[in-house]
Amino acid sequence: MEAAPRNLKILTGITIGLFVLALYMVFIYAPREAVMGDVQRVFYFHVASGWVGAVAFLVTAIAGGVYLAKRDRKWDRVAVASVEIGVVFTFINIASGSIWARPIWNTWWTWDPRLVTATIMLLLYVAYLMLRQGIDDPDRRARFGSVYGIVAFVSVPITFVSIRIFRTIHPVIIGSGDPAAEGAFDMTPRMLQAFMFSLLTFTFIYATLLWYRIRLGRLSEEVEERKMEMMSV
Amino acid sequence: MAEGVGAVSRVGPRGAVGGYLRAVGAIVWKDIAAELRSRELLGSMLVFALLVILIFNFALELDLRTRQTVTSGVLWVTFAFAGTLGLNRSMAIEKDRGCLDGLLLAPVDRSAIFFGKVLSNLLFMIIVETIILPLYSLLYNVNLFHPGLIAVILLGSIGYVVVGTLLSAMAVQARTRDILLPILLFPVVLPVLVAAVRATTGVLQGLPLEDYQAWLNLLIAYDVIFLGVAIVSFDYVVEE
Repeated sequence: MEAAPRNLKILTGITIGLFVLALYMVFIYAPREAVMGDVQRVFYFHVASGWVGAVAFLVTAIAGGVYLAKRDRKWDRVAVASVEIGVVFTFINIASGSIWARPIWNTWWTWDPRLVTATIMLLLYVAYLMLRQGIDDPDRRARFGSVYGIVAFVSVPITFVSIRIFRTIHPVIIGSGDPAAEGAFDMTPRMLQAFMFSLLTFTFIYATLLWYRIRLGRLSEEVEERKMEMMSV
Repeated sequence: MAEGVGAVSRVGPRGAVGGYLRAVGAIVWKDIAAELRSRELLGSMLVFALLVILIFNFALELDLRTRQTVTSGVLWVTFAFAGTLGLNRSMAIEKDRGCLDGLLLAPVDRSAIFFGKVLSNLLFMIIVETIILPLYSLLYNVNLFHPGLIAVILLGSIGYVVVGTLLSAMAVQARTRDILLPILLFPVVLPVLVAAVRATTGVLQGLPLEDYQAWLNLLIAYDVIFLGVAIVSFDYVVEE
């Protein structure tokens, strides 16, 4: 068992520090939202985990494309590592949104475009993992994973548009949106700072987890190879 | 069949476009010939489609008022379910006894094989649809004969079959082949189903074109985008 590289240890330390600081900013530094109260604080990590999910799946699609072009297994490890992290954070995104929606929209769930798209995205990448599970040959698994990772990523925006044509009640905090949407609010500077800091922190969490997961993937492949060697001797 | 085989062997030295089209045609012809002899695929798709409609009949109690609103949904769910059955079977017979390997050895562009499979899958799906539609009209006394509906069904089926052919080529090569295709396919074709259902409702309720134009545009965009993605990635799916 080789020790974790020094840079990874440093990155882990920074991420832990950032996360503690982010908790402080979200729960103490940021003011209490006037209308919604403390439940609004879900927003900071809710959006940040959605962001990580989207970034993770983008990384998967890109890594898949690079794998198909270069045929270096390294890229496939990046792709699958990113999907696993993306699935977890997309789930956090949906679950935290649900917790927020209960008091604000008075329901755990509504068939809003963003909610449905996030769920379909989750299902797409669960399907991705199931596809990989069903294939034993590692090269074929990598090729199919790459293709499906790209197909899935292309389909997400189209799914969003298709459901968007219905009316949405999800508040749009960033960019222009319908200010009348239930649960919309204006961010004070402190809220904005806490929000931006959460995004930064979650990006660091993503990078750290990705590094660990890629390392794990490489090590487990090595174990697999050693096993094969032992069996052939 | 003899003609089809001959067409493949002639591909190459002659004009590039003509040869390409002949290769596509040969694959379609091969599938039709195989289907005419075995009658496995269309028969099971049709029976399955009828069963789905029958189940909907009892699950939704398709009385006169419900029919107005759910007809398009029932139709598209039926097509989608019967479609996965057909797609799975159509690729499984290629995988069986190395037929696909034989096809891949043919000196034609891989995309010709893809287009051939897409066209034959599309043909089978359209045959099922042309039988189901009048039957549904007959059973429920709904008039489904409308030129706009043909366009919607064609656009929806193309998108469904293009993505379905690509994904079924992957699914049949997996250990869990029988259960994998719907899991892979349905989340990807969801926009097709949403748009097709809305457009079909628009056509059946006699709304003006502007009211469902957006859905038709979405279907066209989906078809074009995924045709591109599928042509590029099919090579990687069948290479061995």
